[in-house]
Order: sequence, then C-alpha cells, then structure tokens
Amino acid sequence: MVKGVCYLYQPVLTEHSLEGSQENPKKMPHVTRKWEVFPGRNRFCCDGRIMMAPQTGVFYVTLCLIIGTCGLFFAYDCPYLAVKLTPAIPVVGGLLFLFVMCSLLRTSFSDPGVIPRATPDEAAYTEKQIEVPNSTNSPTYRPPPRTKEILVRGQPVKLKYCFTCKIFRPPRASHCSLCDNCVERFDHHCPWVGNCVGKRNYRYFYMFIVSLAFLCVFIFACAVTHLILLTKDNSTFLEAVKQSPGSVIVGVVCFFSVWSVLGLAGFHTYLTTSNQTTNEDIKGSFSSKRGQESFNPYSQGNVCANCCYVLCGPIPPSLIDRRGVVTGDYVAIHAHADDQDGVLSNNKSYGTVKMNQPSNGASQAGGAGPGPLPLLAQPPTHQHPHLPPLHENNSNGVHQMPLPTNPIGRGIEDMDNSSPSVSASMGISIACSPPEVANNCGTVNMTDLDMNDSVISNASSVVPLSASRLRLLQDTTMIESALDLDSLEESSVGAGSQAGLLKLSIN
Amino acid sequence: MPMNHTSSAPLEDMPTARTANNTGQCLKVFVQRDYNEGTLVKFQTRFPAELEDRIERQAFEYTVNQLNAIYAEAEKASCSTYCKGCLACLTAYLIYICTETHYEKCLRKVAKFVVEQNERVYAPRGLLITDPTERGLRVIEISILNEPAAART
Repeated sequence: MVKGVCYLYQPVLTEHSLEGSQENPKKMPHVTRKWEVFPGRNRFCCDGRIMMAPQTGVFYVTLCLIIGTCGLFFAYDCPYLAVKLTPAIPVVGGLLFLFVMCSLLRTSFSDPGVIPRATPDEAAYTEKQIEVPNSTNSPTYRPPPRTKEILVRGQPVKLKYCFTCKIFRPPRASHCSLCDNCVERFDHHCPWVGNCVGKRNYRYFYMFIVSLAFLCVFIFACAVTHLILLTKDNSTFLEAVKQSPGSVIVGVVCFFSVWSVLGLAGFHTYLTTSNQTTNEDIKGSFSSKRGQESFNPYSQGNVCANCCYVLCGPIPPSLIDRRGVVTGDYVAIHAHADDQDGVLSNNKSYGTVKMNQPSNGASQAGGAGPGPLPLLAQPPTHQHPHLPPLHENNSNGVHQMPLPTNPIGRGIEDMDNSSPSVSASMGISIACSPPEVANNCGTVNMTDLDMNDSVISNASSVVPLSASRLRLLQDTTMIESALDLDSLEESSVGAGSQAGLLKLSIN
Repeated sequence: MPMNHTSSAPLEDMPTARTANNTGQCLKVFVQRDYNEGTLVKFQTRFPAELEDRIERQAFEYTVNQLNAIYAEAEKASCSTYCKGCLACLTAYLIYICTETHYEKCLRKVAKFVVEQNERVYAPRGLLITDPTERGLRVIEISILNEPAAART
C-alpha cells in the first residue's frame, strides 16, 4: 500500500520516473491491482472487492450487537411466539434481519464515491489556470486563490481546492480526513458502518437505518410480548424472567438502541426528502445567511422527486477501478513526485508552514534555508495518536498539527524583529485555517503576520466561534470528527483561503 | 492505438530535445466540468485556446456534446430507472451483484465513442482524448502528442 500522503503541499511535477516504475510489474510475482497503489488510507479486502475505512473497530461492535441481539431473539422468543401466536413472526424477523445485514454490508463494503486524485499533469494544469499573474518587479510570490466560485442553477457555490487530491472539489464533495479521500456528495463518515457515506452508498445506508429501526421496534415488541405472555402463564414476572432470560437482554438492548436509531432514521428521512447531506445540513449550506436568499440548488423540486432520486435514481459506478490491473502506463501517469527535492527546487510550497527553527531571530534568519521546521514537517505516515482524527490533515492536505504556541509565536516575533530584507530572503509560507488553529492551540494570534509589506494577513477573525462549535460538536455527536469541519464557518474559510496561504518567496 | 508523431514539426521553443513519444510527457489540455445545472456529469463546451489550429471547433464541440449526451442519458431520472432502483432495493441491492446498471452500459458506450473519435478525428491531428472515466469524470484530457509539456515556471 503506497501512502502518498504528504503534509507538505507540493507543487506537481510532471516529470515521471519511468525507469523505476516500469520494472515494478516485473518484480511482482502477481498482478498488481489498482487498490494496492490507492493513495487513500482505505482498507481493502478480498483483492480489492471490499473497501472500508482504515478503522473498523466500531463496525464490528455494530455487527456483534445486531447479530447477538437477533440471535438471542431467534433462540428465546421466536420458538415460543411462533407456537403461541403466529409462525409469521420468525419469518418477518428473518427477512428483516437479512435485509438489515445486506444493506449494512453493502454500505460498509462499497466505494462511497471516492473521487480519484488528479494526475500530476492535471494538477499542474489546474495550478497554471489559477495562477495570478505576478507583477514582474515584485519580489514576492502571490499564491493563487484556493477557492473558485461557480453558479449552480443561479446559486453561488464555492469550490475549494483540495490540497491532497489536487483538484477543485466538485460541488457537494468533501474530503474525508479519516479515509483521506474526496468523496462525492459526502454525507458523513460513519464509524458504525466503518465507511464513509457518500453518493454511491447513501441509499444503502438509508435503507440500513430504516430497516434497522423496523427491526429494533419489531424485536422489542416481540420480546415484551413474550415476557407478558410468560408472566400470565407463570403468574409472576420473576418466574418469566427466569424462564426466558434472553428476552430480557434483547428487550434492554432494543430499548436503548431504538431511540437513537429511530431518531437517525427520521433525520435521514428529512434529509432525503430535501435532498441534502448531513454535511450540508450541519454546515447550514442552504440556510439563508447574511441577508442572502439561499436555496438548495440540487433539490429536484418536491419531496417525492427527491426521495425517488436519492433512493432509486441512477447509481454511478465506482470511479477508482479498484480491481483494474496496474500497468506501467498507469504508474507513469500517476507517479506523484513526493520527494522533498521537488519542493525545494521549486520554491512553491505554499500551503505549508515552513520556517526556520526560530531560536534567535535575526542572526539565524541570515542563513535561512527553506528547511521545514521539523515539528511542522513530519513524515506523512506519522500519526498523532493522542489527537482525535479531526486534527489530522483535515481537508486540504495542509499540515494541520497542534501548532505549539510558543515556537510559532516566537517565530513570528522574531521575524518581525528581523530586518525586512532578511525576512524577505526566507521562504515562509503559512497555512492555518483559522478553525484548526483555534482548535489546536487556543490563541495563536495571526492577525499581525505582516512580515513583508506585500503580504497581508487577515486570518482569525472568527476563530472563537468556530472553535466552540467544533468543541460542541465533538462533545455531542459521534460523527463530528469525520465531517469536513474546516468549512464550518464560511467567513472564516474566506479568510483562511486568503491568509492561510500567504507566502513569501525566496527569490 | 495509432499515433501520429510526424504530422507537424516539433516547435522551436521546446525546452528539451526530447520528443514527446509518451502521453505522459506531452502538453495536455483539460476540459473541465460544467456545474451550471447541478452535479450531473457535463463538460464545458468552451473551445480551449491550446487546440486552436489543431482541430476544428465544430469537431471538438461535436465530441463534447456527444459525450454530454451519453452522460445525460446515463443519469436520466426516468421511470424505468426508478423502477429498477425500487426493485434493487427490494432485493436488498443483491441484484447489483449480478446485473450491470444502465449507467455502466453508458460508460461503456462512452469508452467506445472515445476510441472511435480518437481513431477518426483526433489521432490524425496528433491529439488523443482520454476517457473521462479514467480521470474520475472530472475532466476530458486531450493530449497534444507532438508538443512536449511546457517548461514549468
């Protein structure tokens, strides 16, 4: 599994190392399939037929809960009720159970609609298209805007550049920080099903939730009925419990899970009828704000059409061709030049925090090479186990680590103190979307980042709000960590995309 | 796939003497998606400046429009699509294991159309279209085979 993830944003190299890549298939004793070189963090099974999120622990909990509860139900309640009431009960229960399991496995094992990453050529082309013409006398490099506004049915929609996938994310797509992929019509990353929920598996997910709600209610009702009938027979409830302890367990499990499942089913029914995603609903993408009229441009018009379209509409095939055979051509086209040399030789590493060890400002700044601060440029595979996944490489491939307040703060001060000519000779680029900054280190004030007269920073205008919202979400829900929260606050995103990407060039 | 490398002389301002004999090494033009009507697959029909003098505007527009038409057909929300969707839902989506969806058939049609267009129109002009499916339906990639990639700034 090649992990082509790098926290440094790197300009794309179109040179391919053909020599290295062509011998690759020969060395392998078996055919290399595309899932083996898939750049995301997904886990694949059965030679690429099954695709899941990297962490699947909670998925097994779900599986055990459903199978365990249903097993107890079939063992304790079904025989009694089939004889006493009607044989339809085990039949209905069995069908429901099969449906739940099918849709669950289908949700978990299928591609949620991953958008393949751009080839280096395409990324280079995109970069060229958005490059701002530089004034020739200016010594600084002005980074291109990282958002693009388009109109969808007359409704302005902001497309954000994904630093990991090197594409402008299509409308409704979002980057899943856990799986490290852009997912089309991203709904949320669901740890319970162990996969992202997106365009391709939303209907399975919805059917799973709805059928699970039915199953829960059904089993709960059966277990309670069983206990009541037993109580009638034995005259005491305790006797009934002794006779059928499984029913009690089933009843308790169902009682506790039925509320959340019903709530979720209701919520997703609402989303389906309005053709929204959880992501959009939480962000309030279509709610009117700042006096602007806003509507959902993707809606089909009415409730029925929305339901039909979301649940029964055409289903796009997977775009990542997991089982396709990797050929030399494929490797050549997708060869991502991830080596550090690429960055250094190009000096175009905007989108990264990159500065000297700020030990003592001016004297050190003189000998400034563009060497990355070790803390901020850790190898891509390095994980931070003490952090919730929210903090990792959230959505744009920008390195979003808990920036230690002191080094950064001092670094900035030091930069300020050093003479303009010295600081201009350093390669500095700072990318911190305000929400993450606030979340990670509390109060790094980046408002005064005016190190060079031509660089203007206007970040961190709405930091506290975003931070508190993030915290609230994190504390109350379970899906928060997977949502693309970098764009919670539209205004902060606007600031972030400007200020987050400021860069002083070396030249 | 027939490739014509000799249809025009290499340009003078070529940064290296290397001839572009590989699709990975040549100048590429990317036709972007058109999101005006929502997230349905549709590509912009704006004629890219890089293709000026290489292909007629009509030929290019015909290709893109044709592709758009096939994608529109694939994603058309018709009654039969809904019926199939409902049926699949009733079988707990097990039916998808054994049958091919309408969408997949249309993508196959696209692949066939691209091959045919390459043979008839693009290859003789030193161009090559890549099937958008291979690029995640994000772009139509048109390689200008006899022009090397522009030197990076």
